[in-house]
Amino acid sequence: MRAAFFRALLDVAEQDQRVWLATADLGFGVVEPFASRFPDRFLNVGVAEQNLTGIAAGVALSGKIVFTYSIANFPTLRCLEQIRNDVCYHKANVKIVAIGGGFSYGALGMTHHATEDLAILRALPEMTVVAPGDPVETEAATQAVAACPGPCYLRLGRAGEPVVHQSKFDFEIGKAIALQDGDDITIISTGGMLATAREAAEALDARGISARLLSMHTLKPLDTDAVLRAARETRAIITLEEHSVIGGLGSAVAEVLAESAEEKIAFKRLGVTSAFSSVIGSQEFLREHHGLSVRGVLRAAEELLRATEGQRGARAELASRAGVR
Amino acid sequence: MNHLPPNAAALDAHARQIRAETLRMIHRARSSHAGSALSMIDLLVVLYEKVLRVRPDELDWPERDRFLLSKGHACAGLYAVLARRGFFPLDWLNDFYGDNARLPGHATHAGIPGIEVSTGSLGHGLAIACGMALAGKSDNKSYRVFALLSDGECDEGSTWEAALFAPHHRLDNLVVIVDYNKIQSLGTVKEVLDLEPLAKKWESFGWAVREINGHDFGEIEPALVNVPFESGKPACVIAHTVKGKGVDFMEDKLLWHYRALNDEEFHSALTQLGEPA
Repeated sequence: MRAAFFRALLDVAEQDQRVWLATADLGFGVVEPFASRFPDRFLNVGVAEQNLTGIAAGVALSGKIVFTYSIANFPTLRCLEQIRNDVCYHKANVKIVAIGGGFSYGALGMTHHATEDLAILRALPEMTVVAPGDPVETEAATQAVAACPGPCYLRLGRAGEPVVHQSKFDFEIGKAIALQDGDDITIISTGGMLATAREAAEALDARGISARLLSMHTLKPLDTDAVLRAARETRAIITLEEHSVIGGLGSAVAEVLAESAEEKIAFKRLGVTSAFSSVIGSQEFLREHHGLSVRGVLRAAEELLRATEGQRGARAELASRAGVR
Repeated sequence: MNHLPPNAAALDAHARQIRAETLRMIHRARSSHAGSALSMIDLLVVLYEKVLRVRPDELDWPERDRFLLSKGHACAGLYAVLARRGFFPLDWLNDFYGDNARLPGHATHAGIPGIEVSTGSLGHGLAIACGMALAGKSDNKSYRVFALLSDGECDEGSTWEAALFAPHHRLDNLVVIVDYNKIQSLGTVKEVLDLEPLAKKWESFGWAVREINGHDFGEIEPALVNVPFESGKPACVIAHTVKGKGVDFMEDKLLWHYRALNDEEFHSALTQLGEPA
């Protein structure tokens, strides 16, 4: 995703003189092409994320589009109040980019696990929150946030993620992308879990369970129509995110479902339970550890579908009893 | 700019009016931070009457100087100055701090002409000012950026992040003014977290520093008119001021960081200022 982001950013900066890139001294080996091509629009503020964000707001309020770039929680939580007050309240054209969403830097330990960022940034007024699912979405998302006026958060994985999209798609902020249609169960994925979600959806199909797969690359504004359609047209929904189960995709979808007039649907949030990860390891290892794996999705799908069978059975029994009386 | 005639008597009369206006607002609203507003009013009067290139009738003039009140809690004084300078009607000052009031208790840009950025959380203003100054340089604009900081917010690490940044990037279109009234929220600066030697700190960070008496127009105006002090360096003006300046029982008293004036105090204060309540 990192390479895709920088590729798209160079294009965007080529076309729009207002685009700046600012980093807090991170991005070794990746920021250099931008820095050498647009030295007047590249800024390394040093290891100072509050300053990064305040300066970005000041530059943006002077008519620019500023991408702030850092890793894990540094460009978000470290400078949260600057994001809230200086960026969001002023609707400043600042695009916050975090590399290392979720457990990308899993072996570096708790400080580098970005597992609450989506929840926290989603709560901020004026903030658009985008977490693309693969390198192709990342490229489209980078162009989309550059063109989207106001504050945006672009949450990326790291490097080397597989391309999941095999066919062309339209990328629009706030519109989920359906990768596969189905009517038994819906898997809604955000960010880098898309590859896992795809594999799980295919495995379900192979077992005769028709799975719908949505890439919910935009958490805010959420595509509520896609969620409600899934609730109407399929029997169960699983959300999948490399993030706390509190406040992220799962919560956003739950909010929509709970407030809708749709009949109660079997629903499961897959994500990180609200505890710091006491174990460390590779991204793959930590995902597996927290149940964010194909196996984890399949297990959840089976449980949900079994529960809906049970409910159906109970309902049928009640109906038949009612008929007898 | 020379909005007012170039003499200290005119500035003094203007400053007294602004002080009275500020206290009327604070008294009416039963709000706080009177002492914090009074200490910076002479600085604001010189800025808005003699220094800043601004156009109240053209708010988004690209060449305008930017002023950021980083100590947003002292906004009553700024609102009074802006109203007197013609940015918005004077009667807006009656609509401060209360339910659904037009003017919030911290400097707010939304819907208030002349306020560049919203502040209120300390330690934010200087970084934003750095960004504006940097963009100005990048665009070859001639505007200057002025940020007024409290001494208390020199406790904030973010202030010093920005203080490191500006000289490194040779932002000589940036001016910091520290309203050094020596009293912060819970005690004197010396008691809470000593800033001394303050001028040396800014100097050692790479700023061209001048210390002035922040209530002497004969010192304020020459300093602020003559920025930058050194080409290639941002300017820092450390203004030695008195909290609650202009009202004898408020001067240099911690109490007036938060206390609202009662009717008796209000009338006494206005009498001292020679202004009608």
